[in-house]
Amino acid sequence: MTDVKAAPAPVDETDVPAVEMRGISKAFDSNVVLTGVDFEVAQGEVHALAGGNGAGKSTLMKILQGVYTKDAGTIRINGREVNFSSIHDAKAAGIGMVFQEFSLVPSLTVAQNIFLTTEPLGQGIFIRDGEARDKAREVFQQMEVEIDPGARVSDLGTAYWQLTEIAKAMAQDARVLIMDEPSASLARHEAEQLFELVARLKAQGISIIYISHRMEEVYRIADRITILRDGRNLLTERLSDITPEQIVEGIVGEQIEGLAYQERDTSAEPDVLLEADGLTSGSRVQNVSFTLHRGEIIGLAGLMGSGRTELARCLFGIDRLESGEIRVHGQRIDVSDPRQAIKAHLALIPEDRRAQGLVLEHSVRDNLLLPLLKQIQRGPLLDDGAGNELAASLIKRFAVKVANPGRPVRLLSGGNQQKVVIAKWLGTEPEVLIMDEPTAGVDIGTKTEILTMIRNLAEEGKAVIVISSEYAELLAVSDRVLILREGSVQQELARNDIADEEYLQHAVQGV
Amino acid sequence: MTQTTKPPATGGAAVATTERRGWFRTLDWRRYVIYIGFVVVFIFFAVLLGDQGFLSPNNLLNILRQSATITIIAVAMTYVIACAEIDLSVGSVAGLASVVTAMAVANWGVVPGVLAGLAVGVVVGSINGALVAGLGIPSFLVTLGMLGIAVGTAQWITDSAPQPILSYAYNLAFGSGNLGPFPGLVVWMAIFVAVGAIVLAKTRFGRQVLATGGNRMAAEFTGINTKRIKFEVLLISGVVAAFAGMLYAGRLQSGRFQWGAGDELSAIAAVILGGTSLFGGAGSVIGTLFGALLIALINNGLILAGLDASQQQVIRGAIIILAVALARKK
Repeated sequence: MTDVKAAPAPVDETDVPAVEMRGISKAFDSNVVLTGVDFEVAQGEVHALAGGNGAGKSTLMKILQGVYTKDAGTIRINGREVNFSSIHDAKAAGIGMVFQEFSLVPSLTVAQNIFLTTEPLGQGIFIRDGEARDKAREVFQQMEVEIDPGARVSDLGTAYWQLTEIAKAMAQDARVLIMDEPSASLARHEAEQLFELVARLKAQGISIIYISHRMEEVYRIADRITILRDGRNLLTERLSDITPEQIVEGIVGEQIEGLAYQERDTSAEPDVLLEADGLTSGSRVQNVSFTLHRGEIIGLAGLMGSGRTELARCLFGIDRLESGEIRVHGQRIDVSDPRQAIKAHLALIPEDRRAQGLVLEHSVRDNLLLPLLKQIQRGPLLDDGAGNELAASLIKRFAVKVANPGRPVRLLSGGNQQKVVIAKWLGTEPEVLIMDEPTAGVDIGTKTEILTMIRNLAEEGKAVIVISSEYAELLAVSDRVLILREGSVQQELARNDIADEEYLQHAVQGV
Repeated sequence: MTQTTKPPATGGAAVATTERRGWFRTLDWRRYVIYIGFVVVFIFFAVLLGDQGFLSPNNLLNILRQSATITIIAVAMTYVIACAEIDLSVGSVAGLASVVTAMAVANWGVVPGVLAGLAVGVVVGSINGALVAGLGIPSFLVTLGMLGIAVGTAQWITDSAPQPILSYAYNLAFGSGNLGPFPGLVVWMAIFVAVGAIVLAKTRFGRQVLATGGNRMAAEFTGINTKRIKFEVLLISGVVAAFAGMLYAGRLQSGRFQWGAGDELSAIAAVILGGTSLFGGAGSVIGTLFGALLIALINNGLILAGLDASQQQVIRGAIIILAVALARKK
């Protein structure tokens, strides 16, 4: 791997900053979100922006993108003061956004997406698709990535969607790119490609604002970091002058012990709760067998495409089993659909909370109660009083931050949304909980809470299967780790046999 | 991890704007625009057409009577649309049910007639539901096809001739009679609205319909049998449309293939006016009732004002667009 580590920072103090935001304040009605925030990005700098939920990161970035207007403060782009009143103004000033949730039209080609609304025209009306493809090819050459501009976006993998997003911003001559959790949906080797790309863009003098909760990648690619807390500047430092512990502490305040492994007593002859025997489904799940005991947490590790998610889907009856059987308490269960799995006291926290976990337009309360409607049914009708009480107790138990449970769940932060998904399932009192990437896109504070929650569930005698791409997280909670490769269990490791993250990574890579 | 392609975001900017506007305002007046609109239009006509008898009890009952069948169809349509489907076949199902009922009453008596009429709804609704839920064909296409099949069948089996209903009992029960001071039609309407409103807001089925319409995948992951829900709402829609056809037959004392023609559009308009999301996930039966009443109110007022049918259509269309524009989410 070529060295793309934080290159000797080209942060030249004599240069005019690419972005200079001074004293930015913003309130939504009575709710103050930003107070006098300063934020500066030098030319060709990769500047990480961090902060917990509600710290004001997204609001600050939305102001820079022209989505919101600031209440006070000044913004200078390349030294020139600007006042954005729309996204178009910001785009024209060279601010490009790489959306976390992709803003591409899947049915159009890569080139058509890149030049959507800025298509090259002939005679002022006819789109020149050929020219668009050539231009797109140039952009990709500049980025040094290989994508066929004529390919339909829906035929491409997630990693390429993101590259197309970046190309879209580049094609509009963006000089400042905002990337919000760009690696969240990428597998490890794809993330590598992204980091290399970031390094190349930086070398071309493009400034990048990099929002991420993943420490290692921040250290890997960023020059400086700014941390916000409660809508104010906490610190701005060169990464060479700050330790990860300081950053994490800056983001969460205190309580970070959640990320360390805590020895748990698993010696007391546990009962077998779930047995999977020779599970096979499609090409991604091949003859998988394992047992899961009461009070046990097992981690599923593996590269993208190793079949982790597919295994979870099989267990929960979303994908059909071709052969093999699942036993709960020694009883064979038929999991031909999720309803059977729920009856057998299984629960799945799906990997994509927005698409699979929540009805975004519905209230927090309605989302929480959806799997629990039987509990609040009195005769043929639902008892709203009982429903409110149940929802309130779940909100309290899982510390979901929401003032009014009647508000749409879409307005909550990612971390709180994830808590709603978890709470909704734990309300069903499952015995086996399958969690697919439970902390994806969640800030460190909430992540710690979720990991603590997982441990507590195991203490209560439930069994948990955790799927995660973050090894630190797997190691923090798992009693055992199953390593999947090409749909099969390659290796089973007891937690005590795993020395550190590096060891696990080697095991996963199979080297 | 997953190979499923993500749906593109619905647009970060749009979401952000909603957040900005609804930041602390949990009570959104747009949800009540139909009620406000109803009151405004009512007062407007009351002032303007007071002398022409707009406010007479008879005229007000007339408005209710005229909106009854559309309201009944629209109650079921609320479920269909809240579930993110559509049913275009309701008008022609009503027509088909009216002729089948009339023929069965004439040949075998009232009870078989009623059962035959309902059977039309069960059969058509089941076919719609099975094709949409089972085979995954879009409901727009399935029910558009069914619209033609149902009206064609009704025309075919009757040779386009009206089928008189001579049973006094049938006509009395289904639309021509009164219950105390209330027209039977209005009583039926009240029953359908009450049951529909309670089931949608207060039962598991209703909640599951909304969840299925709001995010089918999340509902499926939550253990809701979304195929069954989709089948059921289309079945209900078919049966209720057939019932509305039987009311047409009772009120007009005959079955005719034209009864109900075009009702699908009025019903959809009533549902959307009432605040049900065309994209599914949200729905209100009471809103639908007021949507249907508003349409009937406008019709009635325009007639009293002496406008001819063509002018009525233009104004009605404009008011519907205006109301929906006001009610839409920004």
